[in-house]
Amino acid sequence: MGARLVGAQVQRLEDPRLLTGKGQYVDDIVLPGMVQAAFVRSTHAHARIVSIDTTAARAMPGVRGVFTLNDLGPAVARDRMPQTAPSPAIRRSVTQYVLARDEVCYVGEAVVMVVADTRHQAEDAAARVLIDYDVLPAVVDCRAALTGQTAAHHGAADNLAARLSVGFGDIEAAFRTAPHRVTLTLDQHRGVAHSMEGRAVLAAQDAVSGKLTVWSATQSPYMVRRFLARVLGIDEQDLRVIAPDVGGGFGPKAVFYPEEAALAAAAVKLGRPVKWAEDRKEHFVSTTNQRDQHWQMDVAFDDTGKIHGIRGHVQHDNGAYLPYGLILAATSLAPFPGAYALPALQMTLDVIYTNTTPTSPVRGAGRPNAIFAIERAVDRVADHLGLDPAEVRRANFVRADQFPYVTGMKARDGSPVAYDSGDYAACLDRALDMADAAGFPARRDAARAQGRYLGIGVASFIEDTGLGPFEGATVRVTPKGRVTVLTGAASQGQGHATTLAQVVADGLGVALTDVTVISADTERFSYGAGTIASRIAVTAGSSAHLAAAKVRDKVLRYASDKLEVAIGDLELNGGFVHVAGVPEMRISLGDVALALAGTVGQRVPSGLEPGLEATAYFESTATPHSSGSTVAEVEVDIETGAVTLLNHVIVHDCGKVIHPGIVDGQITGGAVHGIGNALFEDMLYDAEGQPVSTNFGEYLLPTATEMPPIRIGHLETLSPLNPLGVKGAGESGTIPAIPAVVRAVENALAPFGVQINRYPLNPERVVNLIDASRGKT
Amino acid sequence: MKSAGFRYHDPQRIDDLLSLLGRFEDAKILAGGQSLMPMMNMRFVQPEHVIDINGVQGLDGIHADAAAGKLRIGAMVRQKTLMQSAALRAACPMVPQAVAHVGHFQTRARGTIGGSLCHLDPAAELPLVMLLHDAVLTVQSATEVHQVDMADWALAYMLPAISPDEALIEVALPLAPGWTGSGFVEFARRHGDFAIASAGCLLDVDDRNIIRRAAIAVGGVAQVPTRLPEAEALLVGQPASAPAFAAASDAARKIDALSDAYYTAAYRQRLAGVLVERALGQASKGTDHG
Amino acid sequence: MDDIRHIALTVNGQPVECDTPVRLHLGDFLRGILGLTGTHLGCEHGACGACTVLVDGEAVRSCLMLAVQANGRQITTIEGLADPDGTLHPLQQAFAEKHGLQCGYCTPGMLTSLAAFLRDTPDPTETQVRDAISGNLCRCTGYQPIVEAALLAAARMRQTEGVR
Repeated sequence: MGARLVGAQVQRLEDPRLLTGKGQYVDDIVLPGMVQAAFVRSTHAHARIVSIDTTAARAMPGVRGVFTLNDLGPAVARDRMPQTAPSPAIRRSVTQYVLARDEVCYVGEAVVMVVADTRHQAEDAAARVLIDYDVLPAVVDCRAALTGQTAAHHGAADNLAARLSVGFGDIEAAFRTAPHRVTLTLDQHRGVAHSMEGRAVLAAQDAVSGKLTVWSATQSPYMVRRFLARVLGIDEQDLRVIAPDVGGGFGPKAVFYPEEAALAAAAVKLGRPVKWAEDRKEHFVSTTNQRDQHWQMDVAFDDTGKIHGIRGHVQHDNGAYLPYGLILAATSLAPFPGAYALPALQMTLDVIYTNTTPTSPVRGAGRPNAIFAIERAVDRVADHLGLDPAEVRRANFVRADQFPYVTGMKARDGSPVAYDSGDYAACLDRALDMADAAGFPARRDAARAQGRYLGIGVASFIEDTGLGPFEGATVRVTPKGRVTVLTGAASQGQGHATTLAQVVADGLGVALTDVTVISADTERFSYGAGTIASRIAVTAGSSAHLAAAKVRDKVLRYASDKLEVAIGDLELNGGFVHVAGVPEMRISLGDVALALAGTVGQRVPSGLEPGLEATAYFESTATPHSSGSTVAEVEVDIETGAVTLLNHVIVHDCGKVIHPGIVDGQITGGAVHGIGNALFEDMLYDAEGQPVSTNFGEYLLPTATEMPPIRIGHLETLSPLNPLGVKGAGESGTIPAIPAVVRAVENALAPFGVQINRYPLNPERVVNLIDASRGKT
Repeated sequence: MKSAGFRYHDPQRIDDLLSLLGRFEDAKILAGGQSLMPMMNMRFVQPEHVIDINGVQGLDGIHADAAAGKLRIGAMVRQKTLMQSAALRAACPMVPQAVAHVGHFQTRARGTIGGSLCHLDPAAELPLVMLLHDAVLTVQSATEVHQVDMADWALAYMLPAISPDEALIEVALPLAPGWTGSGFVEFARRHGDFAIASAGCLLDVDDRNIIRRAAIAVGGVAQVPTRLPEAEALLVGQPASAPAFAAASDAARKIDALSDAYYTAAYRQRLAGVLVERALGQASKGTDHG
Repeated sequence: MDDIRHIALTVNGQPVECDTPVRLHLGDFLRGILGLTGTHLGCEHGACGACTVLVDGEAVRSCLMLAVQANGRQITTIEGLADPDGTLHPLQQAFAEKHGLQCGYCTPGMLTSLAAFLRDTPDPTETQVRDAISGNLCRCTGYQPIVEAALLAAARMRQTEGVR
């Protein structure tokens, strides 16, 4: 039986609830006796805590408890938060305490938790907490952090968390023999993820069993369970973590946060459910961000534009702590060498502590940074040689006949990185075609005749997706013939309930609406990792597929016995297993389920294991690489510096597309996120480490009026690395958007000879670039 | 991010409003709430008393006072209503064009002209338009009524010429100001944002295309919305065409501008020049503002 | 001590009478006192539009209005957008078909905003639709499918009007 639902644009199973206000996000849950928490957060970038006086706060109306670190109990207070992503490459791992102990290292660090009957009362009381700070010097710019005298953590010898290094080939030879060389200095900034729902936590302990349940707006309920149990000093089996409907994730919700521990401890101490819904003001400073990277890169190449080697160094601002190991930092180098066959590479990256909000991956993690650097390098090579940037890309691409292509890089587990499949040149050609790049010179010239400046930019990329080890799935058929899929994979809007149902419905020949997906509840499914790194279709999708295949096999074996026909003569269709060509010779899946559910005193039929269910854990041991190209077209107003986005095309290869609408939705939303990074989003700090952008009037998220038409094309080269042939798509829109848009602006300003090495590009920066170039000539 | 506590008052008559204002030391008037509510939610302001004037009778009308030659706009007229008022469009064609830039249709359904004038964000559109049209504001306390020319309204950054015991009651515009053209241009990163800079201008051009009168103002550039008398003077007596507009634009660039974390004073000065020139271009094309 | 007021209003066609602390904004009142959690709070400073509800038919941000100010008014929230018989509003149907939502958090504000907008502008251009939702932030969709859904719903609503 061929696929019926995989690849089809079915309506999402999630939508009827979400469209009618019946979603259940953490802050929507109300439990009897529930009280509300608010946090007192550091107002200083760096300070020693001299004293904390909670007397007045405790006396405020409705207050149930005021907690400093020590009030959370010895288990919680004993140590800093665990390092959730340990790595031998970490030189000095510093995480925060659940509540600050004697030092605060960024504005927004939680110091005191107040619990009251209402959030209003909790905030009233929080305002009465008196904290006496001894202000310490703050280090804000990571470029100064390694040379200056200021330590981000009091008493630390320096601010270096780690020094990463990647490379392959003979870099010295590459630079010795290549006839040309360019140097790039790039300043990159990515800011706050801003899921529309902030973080939220609800913790409640069952008075009888003592079991603690924590609902959290998290991407990683199993990681929260693991580390929260460790912080509380309890066994994982005494802790249940549930991620209900979650209003967007984009990376930061993959982190284990102090508030999750503080709420859990308070719920136990108070014997009441305690809830906290982060507000937007808190989200700006206490949810992880991304921040600045400063790149220095040399590129060696020949007359044809073929790049022989790239070497360079990156300074990476990691913020005040290292909550999530080196994941973000490592992903800033991992995408090398991009879509290109590169003979030699040598890159290093310093992970630097500053007194700013800690960082962790935001949609794309470090990949947009790396691809920006690589694509800027390619454009610079093209400009140097006077070649078409698309031509230079073609000259360097890994060719379609080279897969699997071993890049020379090492994966996180030390194994060699190999690109699995794709056709990078075909994606580029199709993108150029869809964007009518051939017609661009005429459009540009016509606009120039009216005094308008148009530009076009191209960027190509790869993305490592489907990160291991696994997400699992159980497929279970009920006696009514309904199918339940259980998985650990949490969803924050990606539509996993629909895509997993598509996969399983196809495997069992049932209708989509007969499938229910239950996810992200540690009590319902044993193991899980997290919804990060564009991995769920690959891992949970493949597991669902394999589990459905096992169930299908049981159905066939049972029916073969019962109907006395060969397995090969049976089909699954419409909720039945039937003899091919004889639809009336059939058994419903529900009846199979009932038969396998066991009858007292009788053997399970057909020698099968009990129950019409199966579990599979597909382990993703190699990395499916998505790929593609983006073309952006813009107009620049040279008087004001305004950039108007005219057109944005992405041709993308994520292997088999399970649900076109969901994949296109991921890519469109991702592209807009990348456009936001390129042009709008700027999380500023002042010299003292005070965040400047702390509301949506200052931190500009892209809005509908500013976005261009976004058109998406697909190339489906199946990945050989998993049974569905899929590769991830969650971050692919974001990754190439920044270099494409930046190049388009640069191209529009080509008459002025402008070079752009920094984003976000605000209009003042644009006019300054024009002025500077005019001044030079 | 929840408001601190306060006492709530909802007077129904202007007299009651003024008496409450006279009585309380620490009171805030709640008009459309589109600026005050965010500031209260963020606890940037924590008034002891909030006086909600949404129920006060007689503050929400627009009417032409032919005898006085004035168009009278109640302080509580919503921005949405301003955009739709034919009488206002006739007296002041720029209003719908400018108000379309004020926030979004959801905030314009609540936001009021009085609220906008009293909040006095330097980048706000309505103060700029009113300044340009020489509006006269009626301000009242329990004991006295007086008029404030819009030119005297902005004392300093977000500080209007109104005492804590006073309320803005009405805004009056000339009913037939006689301008032949107007222009309004705003530069913001996103639709509906507070402008980085904006410019409005009014021209009175005779049959021979000579400028008889000119009014120019910029918003978002200086601490307060600002008229540019020197630029205006450069235009009078000149043909309404590019050279004169360029001269006015150059004069506009000399304004004492503010800088913030995102944009420097120099950039705002540049925008002032560019936007004034563009607004003048619009204004010289006539009075048809659609 | 919180100042408390007694208010009476109509929510999704049902009369409601109760006490509310005066400092509660309408969004907190709907969610916390009435349990209508379909209205979402995304920023509480009037910038994201997630909390948009209809007050006497006008789309307004419920975080920028006190609950006491809703006294005597008709409120419609996302829970009241579909017909009482469960038939989805054409916008809800179009959002499902065009994949106009992902995480669903901004969706109630998008739907209420667009419901008011389409009532006043039944035959909008794409530019007008984009303008109408420019005060509603969405981090998932990139807006384009929402715009497509709004145009589809508008076309269907015009057809239905024509039939009537």
